[in-house]
Amino acid sequence: LETVKLRGRVIRDGQARGEALVSTQPIGFFGGVDPETGVVVEPGHELEGQAIAGSILVFPHGKGSTVGSYTLYRLSRRGLAPSGIINTQSEAIVAVGAIIAGIPMVDHVDISQIESGDTVTIDGEIVEIAQRDTRT
Amino acid sequence: MELTAEEQAILAGEQGAAAKKAIEILVALGTVYEAENLVPVSSVQVAGVSYGNVGQAGLEFIREWADEGARVKVPTTLNPAGMDLEAWAEMGVPEEYARPQLELIEAFRAMGITISCSCTPYLLGVRPQLGEHIAWSESSAVSYANSVLGARTNREGGPSALASAITGRTSNYGLHLDHNRKAQLLVDVKCPVLSVADYGALGYLVGQKAGDSVPYFRMSTGQNPGPDELKTLGAAMAASGAVALYHLEGVTPEADLAGVLGPDLPAITIESLEEGYEALDGSGRAIDLVWIGCPHASLAEIEQVADLLHSRTLVADLWITVARPVLEAATTSRLAAKLQAAGGRLVADACLIGTPLREMGYTSVATNSAKGAFYLRSLQRLQVRFGSLTQCIEAAVTGSWKP
Repeated sequence: LETVKLRGRVIRDGQARGEALVSTQPIGFFGGVDPETGVVVEPGHELEGQAIAGSILVFPHGKGSTVGSYTLYRLSRRGLAPSGIINTQSEAIVAVGAIIAGIPMVDHVDISQIESGDTVTIDGEIVEIAQRDTRT
Repeated sequence: MELTAEEQAILAGEQGAAAKKAIEILVALGTVYEAENLVPVSSVQVAGVSYGNVGQAGLEFIREWADEGARVKVPTTLNPAGMDLEAWAEMGVPEEYARPQLELIEAFRAMGITISCSCTPYLLGVRPQLGEHIAWSESSAVSYANSVLGARTNREGGPSALASAITGRTSNYGLHLDHNRKAQLLVDVKCPVLSVADYGALGYLVGQKAGDSVPYFRMSTGQNPGPDELKTLGAAMAASGAVALYHLEGVTPEADLAGVLGPDLPAITIESLEEGYEALDGSGRAIDLVWIGCPHASLAEIEQVADLLHSRTLVADLWITVARPVLEAATTSRLAAKLQAAGGRLVADACLIGTPLREMGYTSVATNSAKGAFYLRSLQRLQVRFGSLTQCIEAAVTGSWKP
């Protein structure tokens, strides 16, 4: 089991640990994630049908309506939010959502180093990736 | 980011949990967009007011923030709601839609926000001056404030606008900075652009090509756009594109400043507006609703409608959406009574883009607003006819559209 340590930029300070759920596509939370179930519902999205609750959600950046910040808040109130967020380059919707939902968030991270299923720890600006041993 | 002693104290929670959350939002945005500091704002316009858009999630969040003690520090108004907050029942808005909408408004009121729901806060209301920093939300209001008034604002989302209202500050990035206000695309307009609908069609075409850049318009001679035309132009570019600032040679306040129009800009030429009309205008003759006032109508536009009606009575419904101060002025001047006598209605607070029109039984709408036509078609999937104010009023009188 190999561990990789990366340093990013803190958007919302905090510690989080969970299984990575990685999307190479941007995520739009408003209309793209069901606020009642935490499941990605955007048709054709590479995470369509997957639940984001408790994951370390890894994606390049947000997209879509600014109402998406409120969607993240509602997910967190119901225990359905990701436990941490890692972006390549964050933008206003997800950054504000992470603040109001209290989700630790880091950006300026090379997300190609993370695969779904890796165990990821966020501690402030430090991202530690315990790579799943099935990786070749 | 450089924070003042007072800002650091707010961040440390010394002014309470609500203010701490607000400044955390501004600092996070400042981090994302590499702002050097925060700057004071003189007014705020808050997005996310239509319950149909923000839903239960938005309502819960705003209520919680108000309960934590969030109170605004600077004059703050709201974006349009999905209905007239007073006359919603007369409009035919269902009660199950109205109830949570009114709850949301009460949460805003608890924060000390002026309950004026409009995309034109600059009409008979808040009028920021050249160079003033503000934090506004609605895309056409942002465009008007930046372009026509020369004030400075990014396009704020709901929580970031509220954060600015609560702290009286915004993060100093984007259109708050001189170098981001320079022209990035030269637009040579070679055809006549006369009516409000023409300016809408032009804005629709340019918005598609400009994206989020800053266009600089050079019109052929003899064009004289007034405030209503400029409002429409900006609204359309913010709908088909994401233009938040434009310059118009000889007209807008920053257009002729040194350095605004640099050399060797990419350029486009507009020879005809036909393509814009074709994209926005649907088919079908029967019209059951005519909508004027997207963005919210000025007194001058209401007067034009009254003149075109010539005391005739209406077959289709005619709604003019306005800011409440404009409604009050129209009521005082008997203009509102004149419209009502013909069967027309002034609707305050509302944007029909967020009104449940289909549930209310409407299927075909005529409008002279490019932005209105664009969103009614894409978001509400209604039959839409787009044309001049004269065509729209004739459709209201006869119930049918004449191309």
